[in-house]
Amino acid sequence: MQNTKESQPFVKIRGLHFSRGARKIFDGIDIDIERGKVTAIMGPSGTGKTTLLKLITRQIRPDSGTIEIDGQLINTLSHSKLYELRMRMGMLFQSGALLTDITVFENVAYPIREHTDLQESMIRRLVLLKLEAVGLRGARDLMPNELSGGMARRVALARAMALDPEIVLYDEPFTGQDPISMGILVKLIRQLNDASRLTSILVSHDVAETCQIADRIYVISDGKVVERGTPDELHASESAAVKQFIHGLPDGPVGFHFPAPPLADDILAPAKP
Amino acid sequence: MILDQLQRLGQWGIAFFERLGRAHLLLLQMLSGTFGLLRRPSLLTAQLFNLGVLSVLIITVSGLFVGMVLALQGYYVLADFGAEESLGATVAASLIRELGPVVTGLLFAGRAGSALTAEIGLMKATEQFSGLEMMAVDPVKRILTPRLIAGLISVPLLASMFSAIGVLGGSFIGVGLQGVDEGAFWSHMQSTIDLQKDIYNSLIKSFIFGFACTWIALFQGYDCVPTSEGVSRATTRTVVHSALAVLGLDFMLTAVMYGS
Ligand SMILES: Nc1ncnc2c1ncn2[C@@H]1O[C@H](COP(=O)(O)OP(=O)(O)OP(=O)(O)O)[C@@H](O)[C@H]1O
Ligand SMILES: [Mg+2]
Repeated sequence: MQNTKESQPFVKIRGLHFSRGARKIFDGIDIDIERGKVTAIMGPSGTGKTTLLKLITRQIRPDSGTIEIDGQLINTLSHSKLYELRMRMGMLFQSGALLTDITVFENVAYPIREHTDLQESMIRRLVLLKLEAVGLRGARDLMPNELSGGMARRVALARAMALDPEIVLYDEPFTGQDPISMGILVKLIRQLNDASRLTSILVSHDVAETCQIADRIYVISDGKVVERGTPDELHASESAAVKQFIHGLPDGPVGFHFPAPPLADDILAPAKP
Repeated sequence: MILDQLQRLGQWGIAFFERLGRAHLLLLQMLSGTFGLLRRPSLLTAQLFNLGVLSVLIITVSGLFVGMVLALQGYYVLADFGAEESLGATVAASLIRELGPVVTGLLFAGRAGSALTAEIGLMKATEQFSGLEMMAVDPVKRILTPRLIAGLISVPLLASMFSAIGVLGGSFIGVGLQGVDEGAFWSHMQSTIDLQKDIYNSLIKSFIFGFACTWIALFQGYDCVPTSEGVSRATTRTVVHSALAVLGLDFMLTAVMYGS
């Protein structure tokens, strides 16, 4: 029983339940995120992928079920232990979540300044390297409101990487990227993962790009994990829902619509005063 | 019908006490960050500039006008009794005891409090707080605490400035325009105004108003619904609640300080 910790998954989710009001978002899901791998979470819009990332980082708490990160049960972690753990995590928000009153450079420097006592020259070098990696070294003096959505997300990526985390959670890194920066991002995420033995969780709709870089893929729909496996296994999957999702078919078990009564009933119903 | 209303009243009551509870929890969280602030004084000075220095203009101009109006009105009343000489004492006492702290509190809520709520609310709406959380930075300690402390320090200073400028304005009108004897104006003031009873109480009042206004503003921003409508409502609530708090607290403090 040597190296037990190393062979354990970095993130281990068991029996996770979560509801928003009366709506069940997760109905008992189990997920393992393996160390040093890129694990992708896919699923239709509104299934709760962003919610899952928030649960993993304990920005919100589950109704029931356990989430373990690197052997630590985060449900009951104290404030200071949680912050210690978050120092080892990087998260790329769907919206970027940059601080709007400081420049791009200062945004990337922010976590470094907060958590280390590095000298200014050292910080400058680090920040410029991170910005170079996402192709935005030239944009360092811009304010966040002067960036496009895609650029903001790349700056957020540089910031998430600033402290060299052990695990990075990417929420839709590819949306709003042109084909060139998309290709570079795909390579970058893979490179980062392999070069520094990072663990990556990637949430995305982009089937082609995700299959290109993911080691394992989970497909969630309707609060359940409907399929798990390598990209090849997923392509070979017999599940109708997975087939529909991967090939982008309009008809199938996965609905395009938010839960609602039948259209005819809704339209013919008397208008509420 | 009646049951419905009763139920609504109950819901309103529960919601009210929940908010009150959250406000106090936030206050505790903010205060627990004060110690850490000692190590990063630059965070505090930035907010002192924002909340304090940038409010100086509106406070001094208002103080000047309020002092001048007091002198005009006071002169007419006092002149009837042949007591113009106590004009200095009247103006100074009104300013130091009441108008300085109260008007400063109201102006501070309008200028700085509303801005605080909007800033915090928008930071929340644009996920900047979540971003900070994920960088292992506590947004309450990093963003809210310096603002609270800056408010606590700024308002008493601003209120003192208000009173001081107001007294000067009163002397322009009283001595310069109405021809009250300058020596009498100042000596009456000097003998009436008491360090303990007037100046200290004025500082205590304005400190409490500053505390109430900043706390309300920060809580409204932090607790708002993270949408544009939510932020706009929170901003309105900040101004309304702060004004009510300042006036209500002023009555209570005056009753305690000057009651017996
Ligand atoms: N603050 C909230 N309050 C109530 N319901 C919410 C809230 N945030 C999200 N939801 C609901 O939770 C569900 C999951 O939302 P989530 O943002 O996790 O979806 P997602 O899978 O990330 O979608 P997308 O791919 O479009 O980003 C949605 O159906 C949404 O209606
Ligand atoms: Mg999402």
